[in-house]
Amino acid sequence: MGLVLAAALCTACTHDRDLAAPSAIKLGERMSPGPYGDIARGRYLVRIGDCAACHTAPGGTPFAGDRAIPTPFGTIYSSNITPDMETGIGDWNDADFYRAMHEGIDREGNHLYPAFPYPWYTRLSRDDVRAIKAYLDTLAPVRQAKRHNELPWPLDQRGVMAAWDGMYFQDGTYRSDPKRSAQWNRGAYLVQGAGHCGACHSKRNFAGATDMDDPFSGGYAENAFAPSLAGGARDGLGSWSEQDIVQYLGTGRNDRTAAAGPMAEVVEQSTQYMSEADRRAIAVYLKSLPTPKEASAGRVDHGTLDRGAALYVDNCAGCHLAQGQGELGAFPPLRQSSAVQARSADTLIGVILQGARIPVTKSGDPTGLAMQGFADHLDDAQIADLTTYIRNAWGNQAEAVDAGHVEDLRKTLRKSPGG
Amino acid sequence: MSKAREEADVGHDPARREFLRLLGVAVPAGMTLCACGGPGGSGVHAASPNAFLATEEMDFIRAAVARLIPADALGPGADQAGVPTFIDLQLAGPYGRAERWYMQGPWPSGVDSQGYQLRYTPAQVYRHAIAGIDAYCRKQYQQPFAKLGAGQQDAVLHALEDGKMDLGDLPSKTFFNLLWQNTQEGYLADPAYGGNRDFAGWKLIGFPGPRYNYVREIGQFGQPYQQPFVSLIGRAPTAALAHAGDVG
Amino acid sequence: MARRMPPVDVVLVGFGWTASIIAQELTDAGVQVLALERGAWRDTVPDFATDHIQDELRYAVRKQIFEAPERESLTFRNNASQTALPMRHLGSFLPASGVGGAGVHWNGQCWRFLPQDFVIRSHTEQRYGKGFVPADMNLQDWGVSYDELEPYYDRFEYLCGVSGQAGNVKGQLVAGGNPFEGPRTRGYPLPPLERSASTVLFDKAAREAGFKPFPCPAANASRPYRNPLGVQMGQCTYCGYCEWFGCGNYSKASPQTTILPVLLKKENFHFRTHCNVTRVNTDGSGKRATGVTYVDVDGNEIEQPAEMVVLCAFAQHNVHLLLLSKIGQPYDPVANTGVVGRNYAYQITSSVDVFQKERLNPFMGAGALGQAIDEFNGDNFDHGPHGFIGGGYVALWNTGGRPILQHYLPEHAAKWGAGWKQAMHENYLTACSIATHGSVMSYRGSYLDLDPTWRDAYGNPLLRLTFDFQPNEHKMSDFLTDQAATIGRAIPGASVHVKKRQGPYSIVPYQTTHNTGGAVMGTDPKTSVVNRFLQSWDVPNLWVMGSSVFPQNAGYNPTGTVGALTYWSAEAMKRYLKNPGPLVAT
Repeated sequence: MGLVLAAALCTACTHDRDLAAPSAIKLGERMSPGPYGDIARGRYLVRIGDCAACHTAPGGTPFAGDRAIPTPFGTIYSSNITPDMETGIGDWNDADFYRAMHEGIDREGNHLYPAFPYPWYTRLSRDDVRAIKAYLDTLAPVRQAKRHNELPWPLDQRGVMAAWDGMYFQDGTYRSDPKRSAQWNRGAYLVQGAGHCGACHSKRNFAGATDMDDPFSGGYAENAFAPSLAGGARDGLGSWSEQDIVQYLGTGRNDRTAAAGPMAEVVEQSTQYMSEADRRAIAVYLKSLPTPKEASAGRVDHGTLDRGAALYVDNCAGCHLAQGQGELGAFPPLRQSSAVQARSADTLIGVILQGARIPVTKSGDPTGLAMQGFADHLDDAQIADLTTYIRNAWGNQAEAVDAGHVEDLRKTLRKSPGG
Repeated sequence: MSKAREEADVGHDPARREFLRLLGVAVPAGMTLCACGGPGGSGVHAASPNAFLATEEMDFIRAAVARLIPADALGPGADQAGVPTFIDLQLAGPYGRAERWYMQGPWPSGVDSQGYQLRYTPAQVYRHAIAGIDAYCRKQYQQPFAKLGAGQQDAVLHALEDGKMDLGDLPSKTFFNLLWQNTQEGYLADPAYGGNRDFAGWKLIGFPGPRYNYVREIGQFGQPYQQPFVSLIGRAPTAALAHAGDVG
Repeated sequence: MARRMPPVDVVLVGFGWTASIIAQELTDAGVQVLALERGAWRDTVPDFATDHIQDELRYAVRKQIFEAPERESLTFRNNASQTALPMRHLGSFLPASGVGGAGVHWNGQCWRFLPQDFVIRSHTEQRYGKGFVPADMNLQDWGVSYDELEPYYDRFEYLCGVSGQAGNVKGQLVAGGNPFEGPRTRGYPLPPLERSASTVLFDKAAREAGFKPFPCPAANASRPYRNPLGVQMGQCTYCGYCEWFGCGNYSKASPQTTILPVLLKKENFHFRTHCNVTRVNTDGSGKRATGVTYVDVDGNEIEQPAEMVVLCAFAQHNVHLLLLSKIGQPYDPVANTGVVGRNYAYQITSSVDVFQKERLNPFMGAGALGQAIDEFNGDNFDHGPHGFIGGGYVALWNTGGRPILQHYLPEHAAKWGAGWKQAMHENYLTACSIATHGSVMSYRGSYLDLDPTWRDAYGNPLLRLTFDFQPNEHKMSDFLTDQAATIGRAIPGASVHVKKRQGPYSIVPYQTTHNTGGAVMGTDPKTSVVNRFLQSWDVPNLWVMGSSVFPQNAGYNPTGTVGALTYWSAEAMKRYLKNPGPLVAT
């Protein structure tokens, strides 16, 4: 309801771009695709941006949209970004596309929902956006009409988003920091722009907007928790080396952890395709993020730890071994893992409930080592005890988890697609 | 009938129900047992609280397994360990129906090395044999097997084992071997199947249950293994089964 | 009329170990490969997951991980004077069903045969004279030598991440390994597994008795491993549930844990499950296979045309298919002519149970965790004074301590009642068992043909097995058992129960799933079904894999040799694909 009030107050803040008639498509633009160099760079950026993830329905044609995207506010359906004239973006010109990417406003002048991460894409250079468009133009057009979003009033009113933009959105292309190296700047550009890492790895406010004062300190995404990318030794990347990050983005795993939950998909569909130079640039940038003060975790009672330890021995030690050390080159360690000690245990709980599969990548491992889910095997209280134990054993330290929270997450995951 | 009954009986937690079904457990409802999967519903006495066995048949099984594995100073016997429940559930399920066996005729008899050649399923073997044994006991002792004294019961079991009792076309030794095999199974299988209650069988021998990691312990020659007993459904399998059987 | 599918280059019947290897090799060579599996798709998660796989009743006792005789059994008799009767339920051997085949449920005991095993007829005649071979023994050389197979043994061992201690590297003996093994190019990819209390007891006793014990080669990874295909395995945690179970933590080599992650990503590989192949089809000449016919899960009969057919099913199923398809001359035991079904063989096992006082915790184990001696295998010893051919290893395997099927009781313990209970209580944690694992030769009277009476679920005649242990095998096995007893008695404070294999072969108690022969390899089309490259003499675009090609059985678990022969044959297939036709002139 706060949002409605905000919308009423801030209509004046709406962006002032005039709602002129959409520009007509230039004949020949479709006939002669952009230079091959642009197309190739565009394809690369589309991978980094993981556009296909949202713009492809399960089992659907890539980029034809119609994927249901659950948000805390309702379900949004992604749009068709193939060059179909009627249902896709076939009649968009480069300027239309740039406005959507840079300002979050579509060809018809509607404000888009920030499920489309334009607050991050706005950092992209005009050249890169043009390259993305050049690549999308090469796709086969697919006829796939966009479904109406399932949002409650007044969020279904696009004008509300204009207000949202006014309050929370700052457009602007990435500006290099001259005090930093070119490598650092490239990393920052990728993380803040096409990679839109902060879309998941940041705190959001009640209106779903990223807290730009404290980005990358971890956030909730798709029923999981994307851990902090900042320098915390326990729950961030503080203990990771640059090489750990490079390897993780390339293969979904390193000696410290393995990607699980939504990040496993991100690695498989996106980051594994990044060049090593870009992965290293990202690592250099992320390693420069400040180290926040460690929040002290509350005491965990002995009864919980004893019950959790028993469940660990009975269910987990076969692969993660007795001390949570995992098996180097096979099963990820839980000891000293930032994913395990993250501010929220949701990803860990999700893995225990639903299982996980280590990403399969081109340069990494073909194996896809998998873990079964224990949803059928352990009840909510047991999973709470087990999670709390894993988060506080072998030198780990993190907040305890209660059974009610596991129950809620179990219900949510059961309802969500693929759950 | 069995389908509807099953739906009604297996309780409110579909996840746990699925797991137990994966195990092949016919899930008991509280302490009464559903009749799901009985062989065509034939011969199940309406009054029987069991999955397959009639009340008198269950009396026989309880008495017989109590002699095969008696309660003594070493711990509970087969009856206290839930073996009759185990056998009843097994006979009610695919095993009792010989679902995976080759059961095409003709049915000539062969030599021992050719193995089992009877047309009876395990469930039918029990039904046929128990009727024959109780008839013999009534004739011989004026009581069914379950009411005999321990010495008399042992004598009957020995007669069965030695192939000396006439059970028509069913060699008594065949039945004895099956009963003894199933009794050991019930005593030593995972408690998820209804027997080995409170790990009675595993406590007797010192098997800790299915555990997946002995990396540290395998080299500690001669040392006792320290972890407590565990089942496929946890350290308190009886509680888990009771939970699964709650009627929602 | 059978529906016809689009043709493929190569169709594989079955999708276990041999099919996975052939598919991996031939897709690399650029052809389209299709595998037809009669069972289901299976993978580590969810099918073998640690939360339910350690279920002795379900998998080992009720045998739910194996084929169901309900659909396709065989009939059995000890000799031709008996009427063969159907195997109503599984017993003596346990063929698999489902993707990965027996590679899912094996123990991982991954041996090489001895160099002399491949030339057993010529070697025996040379050392002991022609008269040494009994007249009814169809002993024959394989047509391939150990030296030819050595690189392929090596490939299979590195594929599987075998843990072991080499005994002979390029002719140099290495301390701690098997001094009798054939020379190998290099050591095993992984060090041996940890030892358990019982294998240490055996090791000490065997040394005291003057033998040279060594750790058995194990396709259970002693360390995390990445094989040459890039596929990862976890480390074995000694849970004791290998044999008759799938592995839940990726530490036992199987098609799923070594090949499939790479194979399944290839665009020129496909597989279909629940497809039971009932015929290999041939053209009018009978000299060329045109594909196969299978029955799908809905009972539809479907024709799958192919340029090349490879039989990758279990040993007797390959033979069954050849007989049903009328390919090759069926064996006639009276005239000792014909080849299909000829030279069925098996293995002969016995044991010596050992009862002593030290706590052994038998449940901590692994499928191929064992210590063995090889002094009495093959022709590692002088057979002259003994008057038999063949041999075997003597080993203490600590595969696990599953309570229903893996407990040992003294000979005179009560069979049931309070005495049984007492004996279980006293012996479970401290008893162990020494196994002998002996070769079985092939005989005129041991063979496979079609049963005249019983039929399978598809209306085809069941396979008929005629087999018994012969005096040569009993003599050999008794000799091996005596050696095992010598070691058992050398264990401090031990009493032993010597369990010799007695009487006729029975299909009831489990012995081993090392069934061999029926479509044997060789150099003479009159005594073999396939040539030394495993290519059919009669139909050159048909190949037969697996232990069905063993001319007789050796004294080791066969999977290592099956793997090596498959790689060896795959290399030949690649030559064939470039220039189709018989690889060996007739």
